[in-house]
Amino acid sequence: MSKVRFSSILKLTVLSTVLAFTSNVSADPVKAAFVYIGPTGDHGWTYAHDEGVKYAKEKLGDDVIMTTIENVAENSDSERVITSLARKNDIVFTTSFGYMNPTVKVAKRYPDVKFEHATGYMLEDNVSVYSARFYEGRHVIGKIAGRMTESNVVGYIASFPIPEVIRGINSAFLAAKSVNPDVQIKVVWVYSWYDPGKEADAANALIAQGADVLMQHTDSTAAMTVAEENGVYAFGQASNMREWGPNAQLTGIINDWGPYYADRIAAVRDGTWSSSDTFAGVQQGMVKFAPMNNNMPTEVKNEAMQAIIDLSMGKIHPFTGPINKQDGSPWLAEGETPPNFPDLLTMDFYVEGIDSQYPN
Amino acid sequence: MNESLFINIIIGISIASTPLIFAAIGELLVERSGVLNLGVEGMMIVGALLGFVVQFHTGNPFLAVFAALLGGMAISSIFAFLTQFLLTNQVATGLALTLFGLGFSAFAGRGYTEETIVLIKAIHIPVLSDIPFIGPLVFSMNPLVYLAFFMVYLVWWFLFKTKQGLILRSIGDNHDAAHAIGHNVVRYRFMAILFGGAMAGVGGAFLSLVQVPIWGEDMTAGRGWIALGLVVFASWLPFRIILGAILFGGITVLQLHAQGFDIRISAQYLSMLPYLATILILVSLRIRLKNKTNRTVPNCLGRIFHSTS
Repeated sequence: MSKVRFSSILKLTVLSTVLAFTSNVSADPVKAAFVYIGPTGDHGWTYAHDEGVKYAKEKLGDDVIMTTIENVAENSDSERVITSLARKNDIVFTTSFGYMNPTVKVAKRYPDVKFEHATGYMLEDNVSVYSARFYEGRHVIGKIAGRMTESNVVGYIASFPIPEVIRGINSAFLAAKSVNPDVQIKVVWVYSWYDPGKEADAANALIAQGADVLMQHTDSTAAMTVAEENGVYAFGQASNMREWGPNAQLTGIINDWGPYYADRIAAVRDGTWSSSDTFAGVQQGMVKFAPMNNNMPTEVKNEAMQAIIDLSMGKIHPFTGPINKQDGSPWLAEGETPPNFPDLLTMDFYVEGIDSQYPN
Repeated sequence: MNESLFINIIIGISIASTPLIFAAIGELLVERSGVLNLGVEGMMIVGALLGFVVQFHTGNPFLAVFAALLGGMAISSIFAFLTQFLLTNQVATGLALTLFGLGFSAFAGRGYTEETIVLIKAIHIPVLSDIPFIGPLVFSMNPLVYLAFFMVYLVWWFLFKTKQGLILRSIGDNHDAAHAIGHNVVRYRFMAILFGGAMAGVGGAFLSLVQVPIWGEDMTAGRGWIALGLVVFASWLPFRIILGAILFGGITVLQLHAQGFDIRISAQYLSMLPYLATILILVSLRIRLKNKTNRTVPNCLGRIFHSTS
């Protein structure tokens, strides 16, 4: 189902008009722009970025002027939006994997503008990449899922087969398997980041096929509401979704971009910005967790808390060998952990034990 | 495949198809009157928002559905006024209506993205709903699903069994001739557009009142455009809307289930199928039109009517 995104054109126009009226602040503030894939009201991915923007704005005050544009599709539309933002801003954050090529392309044309691309891996002199180790969060919820499932079927609503999503699936599966050898993971791809109706359909399909714990890598709260309705468990994605699943949400992975955004924009202000490659996790506080639900047995809760503590102290790595790829070929040897590049950042295979076929 | 899974799939398909049935049957009547309204997506999203807002504040599903109906009607009346009285281009006005609806609902719905509501539940008829297999499939659907089927019947009955329906079709086929024998072209079209808006509004509200208890910007995600394709797929014949909606909605649900069972069919190819079918049907319509065996395409579709006398 293709989305028609005329609305971003409209929003761009409206925002530029608003900006024209508000940009009479003194002392040359840094102009920072953010490109969002979905609406800020998704209460997931884009919402989390927007919370980060608000945090940075509060921290930097009059030193920064923020521009945000929602609902920018990952097609030629995005290049146009990024270009027009590059003309008027000092730093542009593009917050979705699919913006990678357009970001790099526009960055070459605007060498004086700084760019920050989320979840990608293409570095340039004026392009930084940043991402969070969400797979560390998946490790924790994977352990909980492995303990909480009675049917031994964990349902996984996935968006697009990109490295970040694949890492999440592999990490969650390995963690679940480590506490429950019989666990099976069913992956359903909806090929959309944000389509509440379809996400709900996928959740219903997974529940009908026996899943009693759901994970999602899509942006809306739809799956959480379906889990609540059907009395199964789920995990908040990118933000605390407790409101939509007071009984269903066991915990949630929270993306905390705020400090990073404040740092990077301050670096532009101070003239210290340089291209960097950030991949931060629980340890740096970029990946956080929603409160654990009280309906979880204490042992399960303690085990999850222990995993969080170990991650935050750098004691464990969710991908610690021996791990084979799905086809049985070896990936990591005993005790080995993978490098960020290429293994983690370009991951394009399932680990051994996952039944679903890898999407092509 | 076990029985409860089968029932679940059928219910899933009915949930995915119903918004399409509502939106498409409304648009079918509009197009039968000779008007092309591309604003279906915009009318649906306004319905989705209003249904959600009223359900949130009152908790009364009847009021919620009624509000969605009125909301769709209200926004379609803009289109009706512009195209019927100011004689604006229907394609441009329809597109503008979609943009307006998406933008307006996103703006007006800002305060509701944090909320959730009580869904409209499926009905349960004692005895009948408990019959094995038949019960859950026939007697335990969501009330709005039954309403959608009834609306299809109602539109068919109106178009082909009533005098007004005949007049509406004649206006769609040749507005000048209909005008010449004294029918009020603009009034019929105005009413048809309002009906189309009402149905699109209810279709949109189905998403936020039955499918998921949340309001989200752009949550219709292109379903209005599918409904437009569906009208062509149905060759402007009401009952074929049901067939088409089940095909369009069914493919979405079936491919999700297929993935769960690890049956490897490319999701992209499957999603293309209904559109491919629509193109094939368009081609066959053209051929039949050339051979003058087709009488279902409204001849005046999209043409501006300007009364000179």
